[in-house]
Parts: sequence; C-alpha cells; structure tokens
Amino acid sequence: MRFYEFESKQILKKAGIPLPKSHFCKTADQAAAAAFEIAGPVVIKSQVLSGGRMKAGGVKFADSPGEAAEHARAILALPINGLMPVGVLVEEKRAIAQEYFAAVTWDGRAKKAVIIFSDMGGIDIEEIAEKHPEHLSRTHFSASRPFSDYIAKNAVAGVGVTGNDLNALTRIVAGLARTFLDRDMTLAEINPIGKLEDGSIIALDAHMDMESEAARQHLDLLKELGVGPEEKRQARPPTQFEIDAEKVDSADTRGVAGNLTEFDGNLGLIIGAGGGSLTLFDAVRAAGGRPANYCEIGGNPSVSKAANLTKLICAQPGVEKIAVMMNVVSNTRVDIVARGVVKGCIEAGFDPAEKIAIFRIPGSWEDEGFAILKKYGVPYVDRTVSMDEAARMAVENTKKKA
Amino acid sequence: MAMFIRVDIDPSVQQDPALGKRIAEVCPVDIFKVADNRLETVEANLDECTLCDLCTIAAPGKVTVVKLYR
Ligand code: SF4
Repeated sequence: MRFYEFESKQILKKAGIPLPKSHFCKTADQAAAAAFEIAGPVVIKSQVLSGGRMKAGGVKFADSPGEAAEHARAILALPINGLMPVGVLVEEKRAIAQEYFAAVTWDGRAKKAVIIFSDMGGIDIEEIAEKHPEHLSRTHFSASRPFSDYIAKNAVAGVGVTGNDLNALTRIVAGLARTFLDRDMTLAEINPIGKLEDGSIIALDAHMDMESEAARQHLDLLKELGVGPEEKRQARPPTQFEIDAEKVDSADTRGVAGNLTEFDGNLGLIIGAGGGSLTLFDAVRAAGGRPANYCEIGGNPSVSKAANLTKLICAQPGVEKIAVMMNVVSNTRVDIVARGVVKGCIEAGFDPAEKIAIFRIPGSWEDEGFAILKKYGVPYVDRTVSMDEAARMAVENTKKKA
Repeated sequence: MAMFIRVDIDPSVQQDPALGKRIAEVCPVDIFKVADNRLETVEANLDECTLCDLCTIAAPGKVTVVKLYR
C-alpha cells in the first residue's frame, strides 16, 4: 500500500523527523492560501502515486500566492503516467546546501532489513550505486530485535559524514528505521534529505510503502491519514480481471481464493499453500511457461469459491490451460479444491480433462480428490512429484493445443 | 446442478419434524432446510458437502450421502 508524499510526510512527522512547512491542497484557491500563509517562495508538487513528477511538469516553483494558484491549477489537471493527482502539496522552498538519501527496505537475499544511505541525494539511487558506490552505504539489521540508534549512525558514518551532521542525520535515519519496523513498511525513503544553509537538516521528499497484508494492523494510522479501507494503493490500478477475482474472494468468507495479479501469458494458475504461490509461479517461469496470472488459494476455500475463481481464469482471453498446484496441504482439502476446479471448468464450458494442464495438490483428503480427478480425466500427480516437476509438466501440457 | 454429491432422505424423516430440524441444524454447510415442516436438500449447496457424517450420525439410517464420483 503506497502513500502519497503528503501522507508519507505526516508519518515522518509522527516520528519526529523535521520537515518543511507544507499544506495539502485540493484546489488552486487553497494553494494560494497556503502560499500566503507560508509567506515566501514555495514549491507546488503533484500528489500522485507515480515517479517522474518533475519531468512530467508536476513540480513547479512560485514566488507569490497568485503564481502558486496558477501552477496548482495546471498541476491538478495534469495526469502523470495516466494517473490524476489527488491534490497538490504546497511547501516552503528552502535553499539547500547539501542533499542526502536514506531508505529502509528489505534485502531478500540477506533476509534482513537494510538501511541504504548516501551523501548524494536527489538523484536516482541506482545511478549512485553504479557510478559512485563509495557514496553509498548498506547497513543490514535484524527486524526481530529492538532498533538501536548506533545502527543508523553506522549507516550515516559509512559514507564519511561526521560531526553535527552525523548526529542530526542519525536521528532522522533512526526515526525512519523505527517507522519502517513499527508500521510494517516495505519501503520508507527520504530523498532528498536537505541540509539547509543554516545547517539544519530536514526531509524534503518522502516515499512510504506499507505491506498490504499488514494494513489492518494499522487502522489507526490509516484513519488518521484518511485512507479508506477499500483503498489498495498498488503500483498500478487493478485490472478488471483482478477486480473480479477480488469479488470472488470477498463474496465468501471460507478460505482464500484471490490476491490475483494479471499477467499476459497463456497458462492460468490456481496456486497456493505456505509460500507455494510464489514458488510455483517462479517454477512455471523457470520452465519456460507464461503465467496468465498469479493468485493465492488456501485455508480451505469452498467449492463454489474455487469454482468461481476457476471460471474467471478460464474465461480470460489468451488462457489456454490452467494449472492447479499447491504445496502439501493440511488445512485445505484436496477433494474440495478438486470439486471446485472441475466444476468451474465445466461451468465455463470446458472439458476439465483438456483445460487442466496438471493438478498437483497433495495432502488432506487426497484420495477423495484423486477419485474426482480420475472420474473427469484430469491429469494429476501426488507428492512424489515435486512442485518444480509439476510446473514443468504444466508448461509442457500447455504447449499441446488446448 | 450438483455434480459430486447426492443426499437421500428417507421418507420416514418427514413424520418426525424434530428429527428433520436436528438434521438441518447439524449440517455445517446448509445442505438441508426445513420448509412447511418437511426436510429438503438445498440443491445449490450439495457440492459443498464436507462428508462430515454429522447428518448420518444425527439420523442413523435415515440420511444417505452419495458420492457421485465413486
Ligand atoms: S455429511 Fe456433513 S456436510 Fe454432508 S450433508 Fe451431512 S452434515 Fe452436511
């Protein structure tokens, strides 16, 4: 769940991180009033969940309330990468002596949280990593232990910052890291952090991304920010396929059959179980397959729920076959899923024996499940066939004409 | 239309409304309903049968759950 800059800054403010004066505005008149209140040069920034704002004309500077209103009017009508802004942030413009970069995120390889810090803020961090690696530090830390300021200090000192700047930046980075941990963020970034001409240091731009699954743990924060429970804030607006899958999942409280992401392949996936979705999705790709979707099933979805998801996936243009695969299941019943996918295929007008490339769900009630699959001629395998091998079989079967 | 499960109710159950009510209550997936004091199956829910046997335990010999795929 991504946050707009103005929301990210409210989150930073709660962490005690110093910020420039700013006002979130929805109209040009509000922007003029905000600029009047700030009483000095301002920057007007589009509040849109997309990068490239500056390049697209979504960031402008103004020296008067009238100019601020004019820019706000233009920015409010300007789509950026197809997205309309929800408002503008009118912020005091400060003279910057030096810019820094700080981000906290997860390092999947190290399986730890990491602070990335640079004394070259304001530009693309990938570019710094590539061209100026000596200006970038990576400091890993454990998310299971209380965060200590010395970790933040190591991150800042790692690029040679000393003295008062080290102390001020340590406070900011420590606040950012604690926010990251306390609020289940997947990314907490300030770019740039600005050192002003008077020596003080403030956060000039911010980007926060919360783990979607954790959103319900932070309803207090979301309520405070005015984020509605229906808002997903993903990287792109959901497709109709994804919206319909969400409806299937939410229409029935029994189990999970959703969290679907659309891709443009020809193999529909009904996958899940304890990390099985990601593993199986990767296995299909590694075998040269082109998934039509990612999804997650588990927690023993009802027959009708599994059937409705199957129908939906089968109905997508370009889906030639579907693969039904899970890790070994204990709390999901093999026979219930088997009934659901067979029924879904038939109700969508397909022969399950042809449409299902492979069924690989071993586990509880598998004998009943396999009896159903056998009756309908669906190719299935048990736990003696690995998930990788099942994915490969699915890809091979899809190559045969559906 | 149910594809996997059929549930047969012995006609004698209809003479015992209390038994019919008990059968309807024990089923976790609403496969039974009582209408006009008669126990009936709900066609739309039949394939949701969990094969838990609670109905057959509640009314031994009076309800039969048939797996159509066997
Ligand atoms: S076996 Fe269980 S789920 Fe099936 S009809 Fe009987 S009570 Fe309902």
